[in-house]
Amino acid sequence: MPTVHFTDAEGVVRDIDGNAGDSVMETAVRNGVPGIVAECGGSLSCATCHVFVREDCLDQLPQMEEMEDEMLYGAAVDRQDNSRLSCQLRLAEDTELYVTTPETQV
Amino acid sequence: MGATTTSTTAARSAAADGTVADGSVRTGLLIIGASQSGVQLAVSLRALGFDEHITLLGEEDHRPYQRPALSKEFLQGTVESESLIFRSNGYWEEHNVALVKGERIVRIDRAADGSGVAHAASGTRYPFQRLALTVGARARKLELPGAELDGVVYLRNADDALELKARLDGVREAVVIGGGFIGLEAASSLHTMGKSVTVLEYGPRLIGRAVGEETSDYFLAAHRGRGLDIRLNARMNRLVPADDGGRVAGVELSDGTVVPAQLVLVGIGVVPNTELAEQLGLEVDNGIVVDRHALASDGTTVAVGDVANLPNPLPGAPADERIRLESVNNAIEHAKVAAYSLMGRREDYAGIPWFWSNQADLKLQIAGLTLGYDSTVVRRDEERGKFSVLYYRNGQIIAADCVNAPLDFMAVKNALAKGRNIPADAAADPAVVLKTIVTDR
Repeated sequence: MPTVHFTDAEGVVRDIDGNAGDSVMETAVRNGVPGIVAECGGSLSCATCHVFVREDCLDQLPQMEEMEDEMLYGAAVDRQDNSRLSCQLRLAEDTELYVTTPETQV
Repeated sequence: MGATTTSTTAARSAAADGTVADGSVRTGLLIIGASQSGVQLAVSLRALGFDEHITLLGEEDHRPYQRPALSKEFLQGTVESESLIFRSNGYWEEHNVALVKGERIVRIDRAADGSGVAHAASGTRYPFQRLALTVGARARKLELPGAELDGVVYLRNADDALELKARLDGVREAVVIGGGFIGLEAASSLHTMGKSVTVLEYGPRLIGRAVGEETSDYFLAAHRGRGLDIRLNARMNRLVPADDGGRVAGVELSDGTVVPAQLVLVGIGVVPNTELAEQLGLEVDNGIVVDRHALASDGTTVAVGDVANLPNPLPGAPADERIRLESVNNAIEHAKVAAYSLMGRREDYAGIPWFWSNQADLKLQIAGLTLGYDSTVVRRDEERGKFSVLYYRNGQIIAADCVNAPLDFMAVKNALAKGRNIPADAAADPAVVLKTIVTDR
């Protein structure tokens, strides 16, 4: 079962078991993880599911496409090299992912 | 949604919280409408520390779900129903929120202190201390001879979408009546799925209620270029039955020609569900009239989302301007305002209204509200397929329509949120990056 470890801006960690095929965003929202808003429900329209991915987890993620890249420039907290929109990150069966949520999404 | 196998009956799921007495289900806050705004209201209240029992009650037999995908990813089969569900069952249990599905409130009795009893069609009574109406809107019905024929469908909720999907196999040609967001999203989806699609729009331009002329013209050309047959100023006589008499076979226009269709999808706007509010004696005028804090005219009921007629929330808007907003963003932000009100706090609407609509490969994002605009700036980048229209009122930017141009959208949304401006003359050059020319008002 894939697991996502969410660390919020205050350092609180939540370990959430997800389902393969779901996105990191869906996994967060369905379980009420604060720090992920996801107004648009994953249609890449709002940039309110911004996460910082731990460096050693970046390689297992899909390549970023242009739309995600442009949306990230409008995120409420400035993007970093390890920024992704969590709606674009699908969980594989054996995913073990560590992400940090920004202070605010809007 | 799609969860009928795991569903409990209304009475049983309400009983699970142990508040049943003499056949009634007592709750601190009764939220009528298990919608985007109803869900957000419950979630926001728990985040603020609201400690009374909450009942979130909806008419549909599905767990609360997200609607936007119904006309797009869900219709096309690229997302599954389970992924539209807002929250896991465990979330509601942990947060002491009783979900009641498949229950329709037909009457509400009210005491002077705001508490009361809601009566469901099933006969179950729901006594409450406070009341929230997140009852949304319903699809406007087509009034035309033949509108009752089999194969004439609407797209507002999950059951509509399931019915539409189930009918698609036998459909070669579809007519979409209405060239607004829902109509064009569904038309694009159907076309993507290989159907021949004609869009009949009564008005002189597409999406006329939500965007300006330049954006309408852009979508007209773009959709025609992608293969949709779009007729503006369309006048219809009737829907034509097939030889067997029961099924729709086409739409007859005023000149007598018939556009053949085995499926007619009607998307001509919505009507706010104000019946309960009217029965309660609340002020109703194109929705339930609420103040800046989502309070209805009785000063105690909150009304939130699509059903609410609220003061224009855009910073700097005239105080007497009112609007009813049909959007996910408004359902969320308005619910937050209402949650504060129910906690005894008075907070203003936060954030800038925004909207999105995905139509085939056209990704429209709208920031702000165009109400009262007096000039526009068009930014067109044919090469990269980007298009934006910026709207101004007295020289101040108030909104933007952006197609496949998220940088423009984000720049305008952020400028509006910070109360800043993007000067029109500098913005007119499509090569200019908008966020580099933001100024103080």
